[in-house]
Amino acid sequence: MRIALFLTCVNDTLYPGTGRAVVKLLTRLGVEVDFPAAQTCCGQAHYNTGYRHQAEPLARHFSDVFGAYEAVVTPSGSCAAMVRELYPRLGERARAEGRGEALARVLAPVVPKTYELTEFLVDVLGVTDVGAYFPHTVTYHPTCHGLRSLGLGDRPERLLAAVRGLTLAELPGAEECCGFGGTFAVKNADVSAAMGADKVRGAESTGAEVLCAADNSCLMHLGGTMTRLRTAMRPVHIAEILAATEEEPWS
Amino acid sequence: MSGMPDRASGKAPGHTSGKTPGRTPGGTFVGMPAFPRAAHDAVRDPTLRANLRHATRTIRDRRAKAVAELDDWDRLREAGKQIKDHTLRHLGHYLEQLEAAVTAAGGTVHWAADADEANRIVTGLVEATGEREVVKVKSMATQEIGLNEALEAAGIRAYETDLAELIVQLGEDRPSHILVPAIHRNRAEIRDIFRSRMARWGRPAPEGLTDTPAELAEAARLHLREKFLRAKVGISGANFMVAETGTLVVVESEGNGRMCLTLPETLISVVGIEKTVPTWRDLEVFLQTLPRSSTAERMNPYTSTWTGTADGDGPRAFHLVLLDNGRTDTLADEVGRQALRCIRCSACLNVCPVYERAGGHAYGSVYPGPIGAVLSPQLRGTASAIDASLPYASSLCGACYEVCPVAIDIPEVLVHLRERVVQGGEFTRHGAKVTLKPAGGHAAERAAMRAAGLVFAHPGLLRAGQRLAARTRRAHPRTLPGPGRAWSATRDLPAVPAEPFRDWWRRTQEGPGRPERTDGREAGA
Ligand code: SF4
Repeated sequence: MRIALFLTCVNDTLYPGTGRAVVKLLTRLGVEVDFPAAQTCCGQAHYNTGYRHQAEPLARHFSDVFGAYEAVVTPSGSCAAMVRELYPRLGERARAEGRGEALARVLAPVVPKTYELTEFLVDVLGVTDVGAYFPHTVTYHPTCHGLRSLGLGDRPERLLAAVRGLTLAELPGAEECCGFGGTFAVKNADVSAAMGADKVRGAESTGAEVLCAADNSCLMHLGGTMTRLRTAMRPVHIAEILAATEEEPWS
Repeated sequence: MSGMPDRASGKAPGHTSGKTPGRTPGGTFVGMPAFPRAAHDAVRDPTLRANLRHATRTIRDRRAKAVAELDDWDRLREAGKQIKDHTLRHLGHYLEQLEAAVTAAGGTVHWAADADEANRIVTGLVEATGEREVVKVKSMATQEIGLNEALEAAGIRAYETDLAELIVQLGEDRPSHILVPAIHRNRAEIRDIFRSRMARWGRPAPEGLTDTPAELAEAARLHLREKFLRAKVGISGANFMVAETGTLVVVESEGNGRMCLTLPETLISVVGIEKTVPTWRDLEVFLQTLPRSSTAERMNPYTSTWTGTADGDGPRAFHLVLLDNGRTDTLADEVGRQALRCIRCSACLNVCPVYERAGGHAYGSVYPGPIGAVLSPQLRGTASAIDASLPYASSLCGACYEVCPVAIDIPEVLVHLRERVVQGGEFTRHGAKVTLKPAGGHAAERAAMRAAGLVFAHPGLLRAGQRLAARTRRAHPRTLPGPGRAWSATRDLPAVPAEPFRDWWRRTQEGPGRPERTDGREAGA
């Protein structure tokens, strides 16, 4: 099977290790990975901040770049949700504005075949044991888009539970938002920071060494909070845990 | 209200009122700072944080259990949504049916386009009775229009009879929750308010009052009883109005509402036009979803219904004031109109992590929390600083949408309103189409979004930017000046990696003889 990796602009720029981990993991599972170099951004930040019209060309571009692939895999719950949940809405709104079917038609092909990483592993590849080794105690934060928009359910936990050496600690108040929320983190910095601090303290109370999530945007906010609160925990994207093996451990 | 017993904690789903300093009779909060500034103080108030945390988490968990008991919850939710949508689509028709039915049953219907008109009508009706005081059932609509202040200006005293509203009124405070307006107060604070303030409004608090829930409830009972027995005029809202029979419905927990609805000679109800449902059968759905969503009860203790007037039973005169106050404008907006489905259960407040930390007062409206963030900017417009900031008072986590018993997609409406704030456009105000200019203060953001759009449209530019960042990465500070400080005051910035992914990919995966697979050592590093 050949898939396109949509890494997301945030990961591409700030978290290349997550991208390398996805490539390593999927390749190990026999998937051929392509990284179309023309990819940029799904348009989520524009859309969520109120710049829907500016998000439209980015969505069109996404569709141009990825439309021909069998499947598009992304290590970000919120970007997957942007494509799956909000691209159809972009089309609907354009129609309501009297701009016809054109946008909806352009975006339609990518909507059903864009998958968040853990969803792709469990639903498409049908694996939960990916042959990973990670000898650490991990607590998992299910990010809001993964939880509520995509309905990932316990897929990430099932993948983590199958990792050799890994101890999974239950995160108290797991379903509560970490407070990132894109521009919310800056526009309402006080509330955002309070939410982040509560999430980090909750994670700390589990005794875990690692706080894991399937979205680096949330982990950037939580990781930045952790170092400021001087906790010893580390934020790690789930792809990096699943990619780690005894021969090539996570570092 | 943490720790108060259920019956005493002031629960008439959907209806509040209280004294609100700093409000004009026109019903707007004057000079409210924008949400982020108002939240700044709340986040740093440990008592408030503890009160809200305890109260919202308790009710949140209980709601989840009450809802989980029903295996047809999803269908009830969908039915509630459809009944409301159908009614809103044909609202004109059902309102006329309602008016005819109320009139036939001996009531009088008044139409109020805005808060001022509603206040004028009610004040006039009370003055016509010659009375100088009224008792009130908890009501959001009268709170929204600032009725108590309008009555006060006419020399008429309004007594709130819901326990939590009483606490707010005695404390000269503002409500901070739809269902439990005094949720920001704990029992010790309530005891102090009763001790120091009750005497000014009527029967004083009993000697040696403690902060046990039973004693506080008893003090309120004694204080209110003399008001019920004396009052000749009652003022209420309603949770529902049944168009087919002209019946109004109030759902509550304490029984104070029932006293106000039955003892006075004149009853005046002020109700938003969106509270209409076509038939009694439709009530069946909401009488299941409302109590479970609001108080986590299978059924609320008191459901009062009345239809016009009846000889020798209850009030002899009944007036219904139908309130628009921005609702028709809201109805004209295709995305925003879903906010009018709201049955004021407050489930969205109780699950909201932003509400829990910012508190209800930060929303600058009688409608706090997620529903307030989508309702206030629609009912009042986005001209003021607070109303323009409300659509941003959310991380878009979606917890509100998940619990809403009428499936209002609050995040969708929030984003839609953000668009209205930053981009302007056409919408309806006072029944007329107006073109709104983009709000001020977003120029830098607009420029940044445009620049980002340009970069993202040209992968080459993105790559150039990433390389520049990588080359200069050692010079990147961990804290930022200017607007960036909002991030770096509490969070470190991530380190910029030496090589963006796309360069790594090109170096290792592409080139001659592509595709050469990953060399492993690189991965997961
Ligand atoms: S928006 Fe929904 S959850 Fe919130 S108060 Fe209204 S009905 Fe309840």
